[in-house]
Amino acid sequence: MSPGRRPAAFFLGGRHLSEAASLVLLAPFLILLAIVFLLPLGTLIHESLLVPQPTLANYERVFVEPVYLRVMGRTARVAFYVTLVTLLLGYPLAWVMARSSGLRLGLLAAAVLLPLWTSVLVRTYAWMVLLQRNGLVNEWLQALGIVDAPVKLLYTEGAVVLAMSHVLLPFMVLPVYSALKGIPEDYPRAALMLGASPWSAFREVVWPLSLPGVASGSLMVFLLSLGFFVTPALIGGPQQMMIATLVSQQVRELLNWPFAGALVGVLLAFVLALTLAFNRFIRIERFVGTR
Amino acid sequence: MALGGAGTEGRVAVRDLVKRFGPVAAVDGVSLDVAAGEFVALLGPSGSGKTTILMAIAGFEFPTSGRVEIGGEDVTWAPPNKRNLGMVFQRYTLFPHMSVVENIAFPLKMRGIGRAEREAKAQAALATVRLEGYGARRPSQLSGGQQQRVALARAIVYRPRVLLMDEPLSALDKNLREEMQLEIKHLQQRIGVTVVFVTHDQTEAMTMADRVAVLDRGRLQQVGAPRDLYEAPATPFVAGFIGETNFLPGRAKAAAVAGAPVAVALDGGGEAVATAVGAVPAGVAVRVAVRPERVALSPPSADTLPGTIAEAIYAGVATTCIADIGGDRRLRARIAAGTGLVQWEPGARVGVGWRAEDARAFAAAP
Repeated sequence: MSPGRRPAAFFLGGRHLSEAASLVLLAPFLILLAIVFLLPLGTLIHESLLVPQPTLANYERVFVEPVYLRVMGRTARVAFYVTLVTLLLGYPLAWVMARSSGLRLGLLAAAVLLPLWTSVLVRTYAWMVLLQRNGLVNEWLQALGIVDAPVKLLYTEGAVVLAMSHVLLPFMVLPVYSALKGIPEDYPRAALMLGASPWSAFREVVWPLSLPGVASGSLMVFLLSLGFFVTPALIGGPQQMMIATLVSQQVRELLNWPFAGALVGVLLAFVLALTLAFNRFIRIERFVGTR
Repeated sequence: MALGGAGTEGRVAVRDLVKRFGPVAAVDGVSLDVAAGEFVALLGPSGSGKTTILMAIAGFEFPTSGRVEIGGEDVTWAPPNKRNLGMVFQRYTLFPHMSVVENIAFPLKMRGIGRAEREAKAQAALATVRLEGYGARRPSQLSGGQQQRVALARAIVYRPRVLLMDEPLSALDKNLREEMQLEIKHLQQRIGVTVVFVTHDQTEAMTMADRVAVLDRGRLQQVGAPRDLYEAPATPFVAGFIGETNFLPGRAKAAAVAGAPVAVALDGGGEAVATAVGAVPAGVAVRVAVRPERVALSPPSADTLPGTIAEAIYAGVATTCIADIGGDRRLRARIAAGTGLVQWEPGARVGVGWRAEDARAFAAAP
């Protein structure tokens, strides 16, 4: 085709869509994004910075008052632990899945995915039933004679980490699974052949090659944890408040929209910074070049 | 530079190996001895069990019964990392997150050798495969042939007693494959390592190996030097698989001992002579196998099979004539360029014949 003379067809036969075609196809999504995401977010940030007059006081408050720093610290800590727990639970699971086929793979995939298709609320209430003062776990602990009186399980940070790890596990398992699945079986075989023990073969070959999956799973779980609302609100209660609950409290109970906006702004800045850092990190994937 | 273990260290023996996958026997009672420093090719079509045998030697498959010995030591149940073997795989298995020199040094690292020494040895091995100066590159920055040479360097740098190769050249294009065949052969001769090489390509097996083991459906058909396989195939399968062969069914007119000439009344008319492969009783069904280049075409005469040229295919170095000898039978005759006195044209009437020592008569399986 001579340059500058594109055919008028909506779809080109080649690999690339014309710009007009891409735009038309993307339009519904972009409009939705603008109305339900960018507009409210912009309004909130606008409130936090410019209402009633331009000020940074709301942001100052986030960083000055210890209670808010504590909430943010707890949010980051819980997100970190959840990431760690899902990685420790999810990696072996993904490993087994990557080496399974047929019925076993189907069952494992269902075990990972079914919770994902179940309402978070249902799963969270299930954890509340298990962990409450007269719940199953306390009953068993007492029946087994491990404790004499019911222990406080619900409304603790540990309970929040546990329940959130359960909810977010699929987001770790799936990327790690696909990374492991992409490592040809001949790589660990070659390592064994060259004298590596099974553990060395894993440490030197499989683990480094699975890192892109680990990194994207971790980022996903960590970011989802930072903004998680339902589970921390119900399992953690007011004592274990995380940032999403704090935002909701500011908006619904205190009607302090500008301060809620500042909290959202801080969270957003943190998430953006992490994502950018991750993008730099993931460049290694290109130079690893699995093919 | 003698890297490989000669002497008895490099001996490989497979004894009565059987490997079943469910009801299917992938390997069905194979015994094979490979001497130290020998280059043996396992040759067969897919599903012949050649790769399963290699994997049993490597330690990735455990046999249903039978034994694998390396250097006189029973390693049947030893894990692959304890066997001290080298292996080059079909696909390039260089670790993509390591540089070329790190890849080659990997087996040395696994053996606890210090950084400086393994670097030096890796560079030396890199020179052995003529890739000096490529050490800092990533495997993805090398061509297919270069990657396979690095894989080779990695497999010999720790001086394994035996080098296993699983169709290492099948992913390369034809010219490069031929070049690499000779290169691997020369390297093997230089370092004296025992090689067990799996391939489905008969030319590759014949080019590289001291001896070729031909397998079909899990059974060993014949083991021998390339010349023996071609000139004296022991079974019809070997005769058909190695090179090109015309098969003609018939019945022995008289009994013959192995190696003696036997006259055969061909099904569909005519008579031919061949050398009996085993003892052939009188009247038994036999198959006569004759190579196209051993078939002589002449003007029709009493002691030849009468036929008609159906096709003459000129291919430069040789002309292949397909002769119709009646009874729905066609014979290929290959006439090397410069030896044919007559240019046979389609439709020409010919006499087809061969000497008894140029054809082989296999008694049909009872």
